[in-house]
Amino acid sequence: MATVMTGEKATRTWWWRLRDSLHRFFDSDVFYSFRRSPVTVLAFVTTVIFFVGAFAAPILAPFNTNDVSTLNLMDAFRPPAWLEGGSSRHLLGTDDQGRDVLSAIMFGTQVSLIVGFLSVIFSVVLGVGLGLISGYVGGRTDHIIMRIADVQLSFPAVLVALLLFGFAKAVLPRGMQDAVAIYVLIVAIGLSNWVQFARTVRGSTMVEKSKEYVQAARVIGRSPFAIMFQHVLPNVMGPVLVIATISLAIAILTEATLSFLGVGVPPTQPSLGTLIRFGNNFLFSGEWWMTIFPGLALVILALSVNLLGDWLRDALNPKLR
Amino acid sequence: MLAYIVRRLLQSIIVMVAVGFIAFSLFNFVGDPINNMVGQEATEAERERARQALGLDDPFPIQFARFAWNALHGDFGISFRLSIPVEEAIGDRLPATLELVFVAAVLALAVGVPLGVYTGLHRDGAVSRILLTASLVGISLPTFLIGIILILIFSVWLGWLPSFGRGATVNLWGWQSNLVSWEGFKSIILPSVTLCLFQLTLLMRLVRAEMLEVLRTDYVKFARARGLTNRAVNFSHALKNTLVPVITITGLQIGSLIAFAIITETVFQWPGMGLLFLQAIQFVDIPVMAAYLCLVAFIFVVINLIVDLLYYVIDPRLRLEGTGHAH
Repeated sequence: MATVMTGEKATRTWWWRLRDSLHRFFDSDVFYSFRRSPVTVLAFVTTVIFFVGAFAAPILAPFNTNDVSTLNLMDAFRPPAWLEGGSSRHLLGTDDQGRDVLSAIMFGTQVSLIVGFLSVIFSVVLGVGLGLISGYVGGRTDHIIMRIADVQLSFPAVLVALLLFGFAKAVLPRGMQDAVAIYVLIVAIGLSNWVQFARTVRGSTMVEKSKEYVQAARVIGRSPFAIMFQHVLPNVMGPVLVIATISLAIAILTEATLSFLGVGVPPTQPSLGTLIRFGNNFLFSGEWWMTIFPGLALVILALSVNLLGDWLRDALNPKLR
Repeated sequence: MLAYIVRRLLQSIIVMVAVGFIAFSLFNFVGDPINNMVGQEATEAERERARQALGLDDPFPIQFARFAWNALHGDFGISFRLSIPVEEAIGDRLPATLELVFVAAVLALAVGVPLGVYTGLHRDGAVSRILLTASLVGISLPTFLIGIILILIFSVWLGWLPSFGRGATVNLWGWQSNLVSWEGFKSIILPSVTLCLFQLTLLMRLVRAEMLEVLRTDYVKFARARGLTNRAVNFSHALKNTLVPVITITGLQIGSLIAFAIITETVFQWPGMGLLFLQAIQFVDIPVMAAYLCLVAFIFVVINLIVDLLYYVIDPRLRLEGTGHAH
């Protein structure tokens, strides 16, 4: 009897806590500024639609474009449904092998998003780690890390990623290349984006370093490593979230660019950039929908994420309120 | 000032050595180059002789020094794919890229700065709002997509402009140029517009932000109070002071124009350095990759150096600070 009571009580407190935090969230300044900006709400809804469409593609997509047996060459080169010759089965038309363009976009967005997310996580881990060390340790270590960052920042991310990709291609044995291409891509994009994180985190770490709680932690004898990652880190993560959002848009565009150039993901896992590249071959024969629709999806996705990042930057910055 | 220049020069040299090292280590990762050269039936003694003749037996620092020495003389070896000396391959392609970048930079400046001034002066006007929204879209549009859309509209649908290659070039003292004849110029329009669009939006937003900042300052208010004409205040007082960051950014963006030319050249099959580099990556053509890497790094380092020094020349405040503690 007593155990049941405590169990019930536990669920109730759990429920109350959730309600409480939800209530606090909907009452917060951040949510208020979100609600007040129709553009942000629209961008958020669009982003959610893209996420659901991409990750639920195996369920939601009208056709499974990864399954070659569903392809019908008779359906090839169909224009979008509203044009002459289009059919309602293929809303956005089909490509040269009868692949449904809408489904291909959904599966392609999934690849683009996965690569984008993993590369941003990679740059966050690398950039935040190096930024913390740079800001906390200071001295020569700081100098070396920041010089590397300066030099890298003067080269555009696409070029850095392209060079890293070329480097990996030269180093890796030929048979392995397709299998690991996607990881190489993630590392290349991640490595080309870490500088922003490192610079920001270094700056805020230098501010935090002189605060009392860090001195207190030092006095009780905590190791520098523990101070950096357990005490300072939570206090410098705010701006990282903003940069990560904008980096996601950049990473998605970089991935699309590299895939378009033919150095990105292997053709067996087409991302949005790969779809645009394939479609580009048919631009001159007038089959524009194979290129323009994936391109439109890419731009809308990048624009929505960018707008969310812009809003987040303003909402989390108390100075602008 | 002198100390500053020396330190900046030293930094640039360190960067170049580091890049050279990366380029050199590319060669060491792709197996034994001897295998590609002597053929299947070569005996071990023949291989050894070839290795000695090429100096592949020497210790690593000596090999690196030799690579650096050759690179300084523009000698990067023979392209694996094209079987011609790399400097020849790049020399053939360099004018195409330089012209493209030049036209794009001029376009970005000639359109971006006036638009930035306009949107800065009329910040709440309808036209300004439209321009700003358009620039946001421009920043979100990847370069290759802009190229594809322009090709679709102006080449496929309207048929006005050519969509690939350099078309008819005119030979000007050994420099193949697109800028002399109308036929050649038609070919460069779409690629250069594609390449400049991102920089154009960037410049416009930068000039606008700077103008808004400067227009709030006391000396501009004072100039207005003195009864100067709008024209004099806006252009000789305000605009002049926005130009310092504009020059810096333009300089730095020329570097990224060269890098983004890789994408534009691929979309338009423009026979420049970028396309050469991309093909080199796909075919693992190490000498071309190494040479391009060094060349682009060199261009970047030189531009950065010039911009930093220009900053010093243009902004007298920096000079004053520099005399006290050089930073």
